[in-house]
Amino acid sequence: MRKICLPPLVLQKIIPSKTTDHYNNPRNVGSLPKNDMDVGTGLVGAPACGDVMKLQIRVDKNTNTISEVKFKTFGCGSAIASSSYLTELVRGMSLEDAGRIRNTEIAKELCLPPVKLHCSMLAEDAIKSAIKDYQTKSNRGPPTLGKNLL
Amino acid sequence: MTTTAKVVRCAARFSRSHFASPLRPAATTVRRALTAQLQHRCISSSGKNEEAAVKVDVENRRIDTSNFMNKTGMKPSEVDVGNRLTADAMMSPSAGILKQATIMDEGSRPIYLDMQATTPMDPRVLDAMLPFYTGLYGNPHSRTHAYGWETEKAIDVARGHIAKLIGADPKEIIFTSGATESNNMSIKGVARFYKSKRHIVTSQTEHKCVLDSCRHLQDEGYEITYLPVKSNGLIDLEQLEKEIRPDTALVSIMTVNNEIGVIQPMEEIGKLCRKKGVFFHTDGAQAVGKIPVDVGKWNVDLMSISGHKVYGPKGIGACYIRRRPKVRIDPLISGGGQERGLRSGTLAPPLVIGFGEACRIAKEEIDYDHKRVTALANRLQSGLLAMEHTTLNGDANARYPGCVNVSFAYVEGESLLMALKDVALSSGSACTSASLEPSYVLRALGSSDESAHSSIRFGIGRFTTEAEIDYVLKAVRDRVTVLREMSPLWELVQEGVDLNTIEWSQH
Repeated sequence: MRKICLPPLVLQKIIPSKTTDHYNNPRNVGSLPKNDMDVGTGLVGAPACGDVMKLQIRVDKNTNTISEVKFKTFGCGSAIASSSYLTELVRGMSLEDAGRIRNTEIAKELCLPPVKLHCSMLAEDAIKSAIKDYQTKSNRGPPTLGKNLL
Repeated sequence: MTTTAKVVRCAARFSRSHFASPLRPAATTVRRALTAQLQHRCISSSGKNEEAAVKVDVENRRIDTSNFMNKTGMKPSEVDVGNRLTADAMMSPSAGILKQATIMDEGSRPIYLDMQATTPMDPRVLDAMLPFYTGLYGNPHSRTHAYGWETEKAIDVARGHIAKLIGADPKEIIFTSGATESNNMSIKGVARFYKSKRHIVTSQTEHKCVLDSCRHLQDEGYEITYLPVKSNGLIDLEQLEKEIRPDTALVSIMTVNNEIGVIQPMEEIGKLCRKKGVFFHTDGAQAVGKIPVDVGKWNVDLMSISGHKVYGPKGIGACYIRRRPKVRIDPLISGGGQERGLRSGTLAPPLVIGFGEACRIAKEEIDYDHKRVTALANRLQSGLLAMEHTTLNGDANARYPGCVNVSFAYVEGESLLMALKDVALSSGSACTSASLEPSYVLRALGSSDESAHSSIRFGIGRFTTEAEIDYVLKAVRDRVTVLREMSPLWELVQEGVDLNTIEWSQH
């Protein structure tokens, strides 16, 4: 068969972008046991706004780096892609570095359009909130029997 | 070959020249063969148009194929033109369409379930339109020669078909560019003509063009009452009666809602408006041709109709304006005084005739179509509602079945749409699908932002098949499950947490 090129009659194939790739194959979906002492959980966003992101990190105490990370997201495709990309980005990072991640980094990598910038901001909030949760947990120490009874 | 056949062939070939031109030089012979066929085009006028178009296509195909083989020495079916199509598909327009249809069945084109946004044009409509693009090109307003007369005659026939479909007199039909223009014309026209009356009543769930026309009148100093709707999407008649004042000029309530498909109690509203002596306008774009419409029985004074929602062409619509008792409007467009001076500008005969033909078919097949759409919709609706945490938006009984709007709790609508790439759907009206705001119609029903964010509209029409519905049902079930697995809200609910007790950080 000879091949000639004509403008497609049917549908132009959409070039798979990073966003669609992360949306179609989201990395690190799932949950970590939130009561573990070395797990920090960040839950940001609101259902009324159409975006909720839950990010969980497990921190290696000795090296102070993120050893495991999981997410669950309720939101548009960009929100899911942002959180999926974020989990890939922060795994193995030290807490200091992870706390310094800016939303612009995520938006730039995924080529998010202006109307979807809030998705990357939510991802930034999620990792910050997860780190904060871990730090309060480890500062407070394990829950005592007395505290629980109160 | 008959003259009609020539006209149809010319038109078909003209359309083909579109995709045959930008070829790569590597395939010169094939390109020459394909383009050569576009050269010997002819122009001729025609008087008769009763010839069957199928015969023409068969003949066309035979000639095109033999020309192609003479030039290239290859069978068209052996030449790959990309996109899983062979040159065979380009040999005659109908063959090409059929070929594309098979590819659609294989799933490379999404299943179309967005019939409220627009409907595909019925092929019978195109057949009626084609002669008016080529041979019969007279200006229908030319009274001095036969070209004008023949077009005018065809337009009158089309006008008759539209009038018959809604139970009106042909003289009461004014052609416009679409339902948006008709709505603007009716609302602004009545308000501006009856200047002493400064009040208009409409509902919160109207189409954007009605709401925006009202907003515009508000700036001109008119008072507008936006009637709230009950949680089932229907208006409260008692409340409507209370809102009508002595200086109310117009009540505008749509027949079938474009997002949730509920049918307002038209007869009762009409009776009330007649009793109170106010004009009653209705946006019938989603109703005409789908449910029985009778402007006489409903006491409707003005009605907006759209061509592309009844399997007709885009860019054409009509406005019904009652003559007895006479409704007078201030025209939006001034000029040559066409359409009884209410909408100046030369009519577009091919569109008008296509619209008329679409209405004729709709009138003939309305019972069959309605029965079929109802059966398909029931299948879809019961399948979707069988999933847990799903709700139907809008009244369950007073509705056009072809519009099924369902909320899938704990799944975001936009991500579900993205997951359902193989189905063409919408989370609301096409006009607002670019914004991130949840649908104002669902908000007006009193549904929470969460459920408005997770709703999807399924539109079923004349050409939807049972196999398509089954495919969509399965796809929705699968994807909703995947997305719920990914949703933190679903996880919380499964753990037994009440989402309202959580303090969410607002953005």
